[in-house]
Amino acid sequence: MITASPPVKETKNYLNHERGIKSWLLTGDHKRIAILYLISVTLFFALGGVFASLIRLELSTPAGDLLESNQYNKVFTMHGILMVFFFLIPSIPATLGNFLIPMMIGAKDLAFPKINLLSWYIYVVGGIFTLYVLLTGGVDTGWTFYTPFSTSYSNGYVIAAGLGIFINGFSSILTGLNFIVTIHRMRAPGLTWFRLPLFVWAHYATSAIMILGTPVVAVTLFLVVLERGFHIGFFDPAYGGDPVLFQHLFWFYSHPAVYIMILPSMGVISEVISTFSSKKPFGYTFIAFSSVAIAVFGFLVWGHHLFVAGQSIYAGLVFSILSYVVAIPSAIKVFNWAATMYKGKVRLETPMLYALGFIGLFTVGGLTGIFLSSLGMDVHLTDTYFVVAHFHYVMVGGALLGYLCGIHFWWPKIFGRMYSQVWSKVSAVLVFVGFNLTFFPQFLLGYMGMPRRYHVYPPEFQVFNVLSSAGASVLALGLILPAIYLTWSLKHGEIASENPWGATGLEWQTASPPIMENFEVTPVVTTEAYDYSTQQEVVHVG
Amino acid sequence: MSDHNEQHHIVPKSVYFAVFITLIAMTWVTAWVSTVDLGRLNIFVALSIAIFKASLVILFFMHVKYGTKLTKFTVLAGLYWLVLLLFIAMCDLWTRGWMGVPGR
Repeated sequence: MITASPPVKETKNYLNHERGIKSWLLTGDHKRIAILYLISVTLFFALGGVFASLIRLELSTPAGDLLESNQYNKVFTMHGILMVFFFLIPSIPATLGNFLIPMMIGAKDLAFPKINLLSWYIYVVGGIFTLYVLLTGGVDTGWTFYTPFSTSYSNGYVIAAGLGIFINGFSSILTGLNFIVTIHRMRAPGLTWFRLPLFVWAHYATSAIMILGTPVVAVTLFLVVLERGFHIGFFDPAYGGDPVLFQHLFWFYSHPAVYIMILPSMGVISEVISTFSSKKPFGYTFIAFSSVAIAVFGFLVWGHHLFVAGQSIYAGLVFSILSYVVAIPSAIKVFNWAATMYKGKVRLETPMLYALGFIGLFTVGGLTGIFLSSLGMDVHLTDTYFVVAHFHYVMVGGALLGYLCGIHFWWPKIFGRMYSQVWSKVSAVLVFVGFNLTFFPQFLLGYMGMPRRYHVYPPEFQVFNVLSSAGASVLALGLILPAIYLTWSLKHGEIASENPWGATGLEWQTASPPIMENFEVTPVVTTEAYDYSTQQEVVHVG
Repeated sequence: MSDHNEQHHIVPKSVYFAVFITLIAMTWVTAWVSTVDLGRLNIFVALSIAIFKASLVILFFMHVKYGTKLTKFTVLAGLYWLVLLLFIAMCDLWTRGWMGVPGR
């Protein structure tokens, strides 16, 4: 139990270095910008969660008694847009990545601090565009903006939503650019590529996807805007376009975007599993290169979203095989995490609970992806709830749990305070149980043939939908709890030491919270990563 | 750690002017060639001129010609990804008719 704790001694750190709102809004410090992102993505996540609640409430009964069909279309579209573009994609890179990458490589800041701040402002402007859409009537295309519906038939605010995402894309590109340059140019003396933490490798691979893929989706959505606004033919056959071309361009980015969400999570999990097993990650090099392999192969599989869209069967065959191949580097990571824990001193602290939850959920998400990349099976499962369950297992079970895991792991470093170990463990269990109760029934619904994006369904599907909605309530509780105890900890939490978990990275060798320049003197790295032989006993015990 | 003592190449103004004049000239050629009916070659000619102009901008205005190997590698990676996107998407289009099934 945590009792009243003394106030943090006013040592100078990045939080109290300067005061006032202006010092935050004009900051060039990567740590403060990370906090700005943390607040922003949390707000968008909460808003996306409200739409998710509306979906699950509506689907509790077979009749469309809460929302009209048009309203339902807008609700699931806004849920998807907010969660994908404004929460999942920026969540770990823009918050934890921003905060930690310079510290992990022994640098004072990212290579381009002003561009870093600019990327946050761009993100906010893109978000405001999207909120404008929300307030003025919404958009009903689904987050995928498929043509020709989006260009010719939708009665929603497609142009504004498309522009919002177009603008937001530049934020992502700038963040990726900043990370790549920083990792190449600003590593501390002695910090060779193969001494880098796996979190940094994961972000390096993610940044490559951000830079190479994001411009394509940004331009694609801009083409939608041009076709809808000015009737210039790209995708609509009536203007000489090809609707399947839209799907090619959209998924060229949006499938790798799943790896933008999941790779940083994998970086978090590698750090956490190693720390709480007090063991160097098994197969460090394989995990590092598997991140790069995922980034590369992830770009070659987009056509599995087009199996029933009129794509050539031969192209489908190749995409199907390549989709199987991308499972290999993901599996390498999962097996290596398991091998890392083997004979390790495993401690079940809160971040470790989230990490274990991640491995379970991501594995289910990944394996059901194999079902969907199988050509014949996909014909039956396309656009059913099986797909919804699959990508939620990957994107929520994977990316969201990785995010929560990382937030809990580095919270003491970021704010210098510990949080309630009891409540955080309760929350981790609630999230895991609630998540499975929400989404596992959806696999069954999909297999039984319930299509996605319908708000009215036959009564025989109700029992699984009620289970799913009940699970969503448990999940929501599990997600509200951290908002409470983490906020509470900011003022009342136990003061955290420099290295409360007994971790090995450079970020744990400086004060909690860190000073403005991160380190008193630039660190010199003389050992391999994850060297636990020199590690002292764990200071904090839950 | 990774500090290289790079020398910033100073490009003579004459090079910038020459590139600028070439770009203007090629814009004029683009406009002129659009008035000539070359049949199926129309698109290839227009794209060739556009690629030539883009190459000039990348090489001289963006200093890639004088950049490090890493810079050149980065630019080539972007081009490679563009080719990947276009080639694989076109593979779908080229093979849709092979099955003899309408629409595929």
